[in-house]
Amino acid sequence: MSSVLVVMEQNAGAWHRMSWETLAAGQEMARQLGVEINGAVVGADVSALASELASKRLNRVYAVTHDLLGQYSPDGMTAALEQLIRKTAPDFVLFPHTYQVRDFAPKLATRFGQTLVPDVIGYRLSGQDLVLVRQLFQGKLNADIRFKSDGVRFASIQAGAFRAEAVEAGQAQVETITPDLNPGLIRTKAEEPFREAARAVDLSAAELIVSVGRGIGEKENLPLVQELAEALGAELAASRPICDNGWLPMERQVGSSGQTVAPKLYLAVGISGAIQHLVGMKGAKTIVAINKDPNAPIFEVADYGIVGDLFEVVPALIEEIRKVKG
Amino acid sequence: MKILVAIKQVAARDSQFKVDASGHWVEESDLSFEINEPDAYALEEALQLKERHGGEVVALCAGPARAVSGIREALAKGADRAIHIEVEDLTQFDALGVARLLAKAAETESADLLLTGLQSDDLGYGQTGVILAELLGVPHATIIMAVEKQDGSIRVKRELENGWFQNVTLPLPAVLAVQSGISKLRYATLMGIKKAKSKEIRRLTASDLGVPPSLNIVMERVYTPEKTKRTELLDGDPKQAAAALVEKLKFEARVL
Repeated sequence: MSSVLVVMEQNAGAWHRMSWETLAAGQEMARQLGVEINGAVVGADVSALASELASKRLNRVYAVTHDLLGQYSPDGMTAALEQLIRKTAPDFVLFPHTYQVRDFAPKLATRFGQTLVPDVIGYRLSGQDLVLVRQLFQGKLNADIRFKSDGVRFASIQAGAFRAEAVEAGQAQVETITPDLNPGLIRTKAEEPFREAARAVDLSAAELIVSVGRGIGEKENLPLVQELAEALGAELAASRPICDNGWLPMERQVGSSGQTVAPKLYLAVGISGAIQHLVGMKGAKTIVAINKDPNAPIFEVADYGIVGDLFEVVPALIEEIRKVKG
Repeated sequence: MKILVAIKQVAARDSQFKVDASGHWVEESDLSFEINEPDAYALEEALQLKERHGGEVVALCAGPARAVSGIREALAKGADRAIHIEVEDLTQFDALGVARLLAKAAETESADLLLTGLQSDDLGYGQTGVILAELLGVPHATIIMAVEKQDGSIRVKRELENGWFQNVTLPLPAVLAVQSGISKLRYATLMGIKKAKSKEIRRLTASDLGVPPSLNIVMERVYTPEKTKRTELLDGDPKQAAAALVEKLKFEARVL
């Protein structure tokens, strides 16, 4: 039976939120293709995650388990997934386009003589095949990509391209797969992950984000947006120039070189919206832009906009929010 | 230490693009080209490693004749020599195809380290380094923020998501995909530019390397994306606009 396989990402027992977006994409594609949809989760002990995944509309959940998969390594992950794919022979393998996936998925596709289509933003059906859409030149152009060779097709899905809420519930059976791995296979030696800043911020988990850009002018003006973030109960984020200047720590940077976020609200203050920034936040459900330039690209993605001087608009906004929130 | 640096020449970042007559790529005649920025950082890291540990830096580039200007720039900045795999039409190779070209050329060099940028500013596939490592049968690490040479191995700082980092040690030879901003890029000096003129550029073709054009995936159509959102602009003085926005956030977006 033909099938789509979605490889979910988990880190230390917690799902990567983009996994659900990719699962939503996979469910939709599988339905349209009229094929099975299966999910996989990889790790040392993934029984709890596999049970949770089994409550989604999937034909099967593969719990790919091995002690050597407890800590991520490109060699271990590639070998484990290669064995799973050879055994289950899916037609399409989908990944969330995370940092980890970028680190191993091209290697995995190469094992099959295939080329991964990375960072996919959409697709259309073409007979029993998919034509995938991805961006070129940092979002200035799009390209439709067609698979030309036979065999398994690999693709990774951009953050925010599909909605995690669209994942359908169901019931799947869990199949535990123990790949044949040995320690000699893993050539890299990884140490414990660490953070450099004392204050840890997980912007990807934030529901509301107020983000500040060059328009703020000087570091001394930052308390204004901090006050706005506090009034909303939002996390404070920034575009690259703000962090490059050292006005805010790098961990608060949103964009292609920072974090990718998909909050319920993204309020961009004084951010023009260079594509490097847009790729990091355009998956937000509601985007608001406050900018003095009506032609700023941020208005290409914003749902609501106020064209004006942020130093007049933001204080007024803080006041109005406080009125509503009481 | 012998270091290979794979560089790509791409259209300048501020370019305006026009889809070409074939509909598969862009009109290149009126574009200006530069070294792909992440690759420039990979080159910088290679030059710094050479300054610290000695050895040789070899630039490796697949691309049409115009790519020579990028190769000359790499030589002017301090690369010792270069290999130019002359491919007039890179669209005849996908990411795996290009990596096969680079891997074949790299095999003849037996370098200790192969560096490349994390991704290209044009296609943005972000896979060349990882595929290269697989083809060469060597380990790799990506999104590299720092490199520390050890005895027979290399310890790198990888960027993870959400502000996390991780140190990873790899045996040599290895492939590293370098993140932009790892250090400050140097400019070519006048002396460097002068010296570059006498540095060796070895020219190879795809058929020299025995790598035929190959496409597992093809760009069927290249086009300008349609604007999908319509921004609702909230007018009035700042107070009115702010009040209207709060109204929208409360009743439409429902985030208040």
